[in-house]
Formats: sequence, C-alpha cells, structure tokens
Amino acid sequence: MFRPGRPLLLHDRAGTWFLAVLALVALVVPLLNQVLSASSPLHMSQYGVTLIGKYLCYGMLALAIDLIWGYCGILSLGHAAFFAIGGYAMGMYLMREIGPRGVYGNPVLPDFMVFLNWKSLPWFWYGFNHFLFAMAMVVAVPALLAWIFGWFAFRSRVTGVYFSIITQALTYALMLAFFRNNMGFGGNNGFTDFKDILGFDLHSDGTHVVLLVLTAIALAGSYLACLAIVESRAGRVIRAIRDAESRSRFLGYPVESFKLWLFVFSAVIAGIAGALYVPQIGIINPSEFAPINSIEAVIWVAVGGRGTLYGATAGAVLVNYGKTYLTGAFPEVWLYVLGALFVLVTLLLPRGIAGLIPARIKEAKRTAGGTPKMDRADIKAEAIGSNESPS
Amino acid sequence: MLAVNALNHFYGGSHTLWDVNLNVPPGSRMCLMGRNGMGKTTLLKCIMGLQPVRSGSITFQGSELAGSPAERRARLGIGYVPQGREIFPHLTVAENLRVGLGLRPGGPRKIPDRIFELFPMLARMLKRRGGDLSGGQQQQLAIGRALVLEPSLLILDEPTEGIQPNIVHEIGDVVLKLNQEERLTVLLVEQKLPFARRVASEFCILNKGRRVAAGPIGELSDEVVNAHLSV
Amino acid sequence: MLRDKRLYLEDLTVSFDGSKALNGLTLYVEPGELLCVIGPNGAGKTTMMDVITGKTRPDYGTAWFGSDIDLLKLSEAEIVAAGIARKFQRPTVFEQLTVFENLEMASAGCRSFLKTLRARLTAAEKERIEEVLEIIGLSGHRWALGRVLAHGQKQWLEIGMLLMQNPELLLVDEPVAGMTPAEIERTAELLLSLEGEHSIVVVEHDMSFVRSIARRVVVLHEGRVIADGDMDKVQRDPRVIEVYLGV
Repeated sequence: MFRPGRPLLLHDRAGTWFLAVLALVALVVPLLNQVLSASSPLHMSQYGVTLIGKYLCYGMLALAIDLIWGYCGILSLGHAAFFAIGGYAMGMYLMREIGPRGVYGNPVLPDFMVFLNWKSLPWFWYGFNHFLFAMAMVVAVPALLAWIFGWFAFRSRVTGVYFSIITQALTYALMLAFFRNNMGFGGNNGFTDFKDILGFDLHSDGTHVVLLVLTAIALAGSYLACLAIVESRAGRVIRAIRDAESRSRFLGYPVESFKLWLFVFSAVIAGIAGALYVPQIGIINPSEFAPINSIEAVIWVAVGGRGTLYGATAGAVLVNYGKTYLTGAFPEVWLYVLGALFVLVTLLLPRGIAGLIPARIKEAKRTAGGTPKMDRADIKAEAIGSNESPS
Repeated sequence: MLAVNALNHFYGGSHTLWDVNLNVPPGSRMCLMGRNGMGKTTLLKCIMGLQPVRSGSITFQGSELAGSPAERRARLGIGYVPQGREIFPHLTVAENLRVGLGLRPGGPRKIPDRIFELFPMLARMLKRRGGDLSGGQQQQLAIGRALVLEPSLLILDEPTEGIQPNIVHEIGDVVLKLNQEERLTVLLVEQKLPFARRVASEFCILNKGRRVAAGPIGELSDEVVNAHLSV
Repeated sequence: MLRDKRLYLEDLTVSFDGSKALNGLTLYVEPGELLCVIGPNGAGKTTMMDVITGKTRPDYGTAWFGSDIDLLKLSEAEIVAAGIARKFQRPTVFEQLTVFENLEMASAGCRSFLKTLRARLTAAEKERIEEVLEIIGLSGHRWALGRVLAHGQKQWLEIGMLLMQNPELLLVDEPVAGMTPAEIERTAELLLSLEGEHSIVVVEHDMSFVRSIARRVVVLHEGRVIADGDMDKVQRDPRVIEVYLGV
C-alpha cells in the first residue's frame, strides 16, 4: 500500500519472502549439485538443476504477463511468442557457436541449412556469432515486435477480449511461419545439438548451475524492476487505466503511451526469459509459439494470483511442478487437470493462491463489497465534522 | 391490487428510493407524481422487475413480485407502457400488437377488436412500420400493445410527454373509459396537473425518492402542489 | 456597464434528428458566481454542458470563455486545459486507489510515462493535496480506498479531483442525487465554500438544495432560458409554473 517515504521492499512481506526463497534456491541448488557427490541421496542431478532453471524461466514469463494483466488489465494470450523469439535469438547464437562441430562439418552454415542445400548464410543470421550482438537481439526483437503490434492495437483502441484474440492470432501466425522449412530458422526441427555457450560446455553440470544462478538473478532483477514500476506514480496511473480507462484519459493521461511502454517492457522480460531457457533445455522449436503455451502461461498467473508479481511467479512454479509430476505419473490426466484448475480458480479463487495469504485476506475484507460499510449514523457524524481515520 | 412496502433501491451507492410505500386499490386510477429525478420512473421499473430492489416487497394480487424475473408481470396481467413509448420501430403496427398474443390467458390468438374501437387510427395503419408513426400515434400503439394482454393493471409512464394536445385528450378519454367500463386498474406517472386532476382518482407524490404526500385526487390542493411539485 | 464575464453563451442552437435540443440559448456567467440551472426533462441542460465542454458542436451560436477563448474552436482536452472542469452525475473515482492517490492522479503536472515513473511527490503537490482534502472534508480518510467511500464521499472526492486542476469554471451535474440529508447539507456547504474563487454552474432537480445554494437560478425549457433570477422570483414566474405543472 502506497505511503510516501516507505522503502520499496518493505511494502509487502510476501514479496520479501519471495526474494529470500529465490536467493535460497540460488545458493542451495548449486551446492547440492556441485558439493554433494552423486551417490548422496540429496544430490541434485543436472536434470534437477535444469528443471528448476526451467521453472524460474517460466516464472519470469509469468511475471511479464502479470505486469500487464494484473496491473493494467491487458490480457495477452500470445506472450509466449516473445519468450520464443528471445529463445530463438539465443538459439541462433548457439547454432553459430557449433561451428565446424556439426554433423555436416560446415564451419559457417548450421546443419539444417546444409541439408536444405543452402550455399550461404541468410542476412538475418549475420552477427549472431557475436554473443553481445545476439543478446542485444534478445532484447531488441521482442521489443520491436511488441512496439509495432502494440502501437497498432492500442491506437485503434482495441481492448479486452478483442485484444486477447489478436494476440492469439499473432502467436499462431508466428508459429506457422517458423514451422516453414525455408524460413531459415530450422523449420519444424528448430535448433538443437548445442555444444557450448561462451566456450562453456553445455553438457556440464557447472554450466547448468551457473545458468540457474543467472536465471535466479534475472528473475529477481525483473521482479524488482516491475515492483519499482508498479509502486511509482506511473504504476498508479497504470492501475487507474485498468479500472477506469476513459476517466484516466479524461484526466489528460496518454493512455496508449502508458500501455505501449508497459507492453514493450513486458515483452523484453519474456524475451530474456526465453533466452535463458534455451541453453538450459538444449532445444528450441516452433512449438514454443503454440497458442496453448501462452494460454498455459496465463493460467499460471491466474492460479498464483495476479496483481502481486510474486504470486504469478509462484503460480508458474507450482503449476509446472504439477505438470512435470503428472505427465510423468499419469500422462493422460494432465490436460484435464489443467482445465479443471482454470475453472476452479476462476470460480473459487479469483485472487489466486496469493489471495490466501493472511495479510491479503485482511486487506480484501477491508476493501470488499459494493455497499459502503458506513451506515446512516456514521454519515451523519461525518457530516457534522468528526474526522476519524479508518481502522 | 398492487401494494409496495418499504421499498429501497440503489443505483450503485446512490440511494434512490427510501422506504417507499404505495397502495393501488383495485379499480382505482392512481397517479404517481413528483419532479424529475425524484424516483417515479425508478419505482415503476422496480415494480416491473427492470431494476433490482435492495429491500422491501411488491405484491400484486397476493403474489410477491420483488426478485422474480420481469417476464412474470405480463403473465400475471400487468400491462406496461414505458416512458418514450418504446414500440418496436422495425415491426408494423399489426406486428407490434401481435407481440403479446401468446400470453393471453387462454383467449383467442387474435387482436381484440376492443383495441381498434378505442384507437380507430390503428386499424387504418396496420401495415405501417412502427418507426414511421408520429409520437401521438406511437403512444396509442404502445397502449394498444399493452392492452392486448387483457391486463388487470395498466401502468403508464408519462403518457402525455411530448404528445400534441388533442391526442393527450384522447388518451385521457381512453384511460377513463377502460377504468369505468372494464374496471381496469390504472397506475400512471404524470407531471402535468390538469391531466392528473382530470384522469386520476388518487395521487401519490415522491420527492427525493421518498413518499411525501398521498390521498384522493380531490386533496391535491395548491398547497400540496407548491410544496412538492412546483419549483 | 461592460464587465468581463467568465462565460458567454449566445444564441446556441443544436439539432438532433430533427428536434432542437438547444434553441437560441443565451446565458452569461459572472466570475466567481454560483448559479443553478433547472428545467424539466429534455430542456437542454445536458446539451448545454456538452457544448461548453466541446463534446457537442452547436449548429449556430457562440460560446466564449472569458473574453478571448473561443470554446467552439477548441478540442475537449484543450477546454479542460483552459480551466473548465465537469463533474458528471455518477461518481467515477478510481476505486482501487486511495483518496490521496486519486487526488494525486488529478494533480496538475506531467503526464508522460517516463516522467511519472521517476516522479516524487513534491512539497508543493503534497500541500495542494492537503488543501483540497481539507476543502472536501476527507482529510481523515486519505488512505481509504475509493471503493469503501460512501456515495456522498465519492462525490466530494470527485469534486476534489476537479479542484486539483484549479479550474476557473466548474460544471456540476446533479451532485446530490441519491444522497442522505446530511450529505446534501455537506455538499451545499462545500459548493458555497468554492463560490468566489471559482464560477460554478450546478444542474439539479432537488429544489430545497437549489434554494440553499443559489442566489441565481436559471430555468431552461425546450432549449432556451425562460426565467433567470433569484429563487423567489423564479418560483412565482407563471411561465415556470406552466412548464413544471402544465397549468
């Protein structure tokens, strides 16, 4: 709750706990992998490290969605597209890093291009052998796409359901494009068989541990950046836009500009998350653009609790943990569980799991209901001039 | 016939009707009066189920109306002529009249001749589109449409607003005729004094959402008028 | 004697679908004046406000703000910037923000994303918010969320939000509809306290409220002014009686 002068991090105890848990994970998991020997029961295998890394990447994607959905009411059902684009940019760097170690042994062309009988590298692959350039693309391409898409959508005052539908169309179109073999992005096979990143072997435990820690740092950094935005005056404007858009416009705020900035920033976070995901998982293909991915991501946020940032991240981790478990133990059941989860959350837990935290229950009770809590006697006392602050 | 008890209504946080009581005896012609924004149309909408009530009851011939779906009113025999007529502009006069035929209690599926006796003009315009009629003609059509249900209570919301004087007179005649010859109970909202005094048998005044005066029409004195109705 | 008026409306005519919402309406408002506009349904009260705020353009007539601002040439946003603020009947405060944040949202100042991102509440802004909280009587409720306020309090908050822009002319549409008697009294006090520093035009139906605040009452009917004077004069005017009662 905004009070001028209070330090940012102390605003929400739950948020502080979140960062503490994240720090703990970033410390403990590497230890369990690197320090404990493989025979120890608590040893964390590379698979386990990668899994947690994956969850954290999804957590970042959820964060990106919560920023625009929970705080500005923009429901993007295509955000996995930005995640995938960031992933592909990283993938392009990793493909070029393979160099002559590919199946066909071509020092410049990745295997799939040789297979398609291409003679030279397409222009859009230039520069991706430089790590910094590739990282710049991880940020720039999702940002550019979000900027163009958002500019047209917001300026045309497309909102609500209609906006959500066209984001689905966006991600679907990208999926179809990237599936095409002659697009130059590996077609339906995508990119895989990566060797190393910045010289570090992508099959070694050490590299995975470092990637995990980097992901945790990126997640923490994104969380703090999002928190800074939502707690600023801009954040209050954004919430006002969510609640009463025309009223905000009427007060002179350039609503479209605010939405666009937020949307682009959110796309960048998603892109970075995707870029961290790919080296850990070891593969990227067009199914990352599948519409269902974006919808699942939104379900994570709904389950975790939108409008809290940490809730969304927690939701992503929890749901994906459930998915990992169920698709292993009872594979046919997963889709039903996902659907049921969505229905249950919508009906019973509109504030998600974060809504069950005691502090938030108290807050909800204090602010609930359409009928004002004061009765006529209170109002009379009010009018006469007693100024008492609410409990 | 119709009894409203301790009715409270809110538009969001705005308290529009405060513990309103209204009793419309069978066979009477009750006129609900009051300045603009004082709650008359809101009260009618609550009675017709078009607005939800916060508390209180509305009983019609013993059945409780508050909380039941709006459609029930027509089945129970309440005819409604809303403010602004609201006839169906793309349907013809005949089609407008036929809309309520399915609800007639067991009667023939034919527009009663009575309606054409009361409003001969309508018979001449059966094929004319509702939207092409003049204001006065639309008002007659709206009343006719409500009468097709053969209601026992007819509710009219400002039937004379924006209508030329000769048709206002005709409407007054029709209301009196229906009440005296067929014992049709009438509840109307009206701001114009001469019409109210001529047509109504009882009055009830709303001011700021509260009932402030009521009684037989003879008691609608200048004093009462000045207190609650004039500027 | 020529004096600079705050608002000049002359011969305004607006037609919608063949009928005239405004029919040669002429009205002048003095600086610092508080006047009430009354009239039956369809008299043109809302259309008049729409013309002033730029929401509707008249077919004929002129509308000037002060002696040098032609309202008919400005956009709605420009008219707001020029110092005219309008309050609609239903309160539209931001329910999820506190009273303090609502006023902060409305304060004059930068509106760009980047600037609001780095904005810190200046002492001057804080002072102004405190001032307005005092005027609207919500100082004790500054941290209450918009949605828990009573109906009357929401209306006052909204007036407060208008005051943050330091408007010269306030247009207030049916402020006391649905209020408790205590709230109505408080609203009257509030509006009266603003008289002098701001020009205020209030549209209302509640006659006792009108009487309690207005030294000047203007009656509209069928798109033009039919009476203009103090409450007693207007009440006794035969044309007004006819329009309201039909006699």
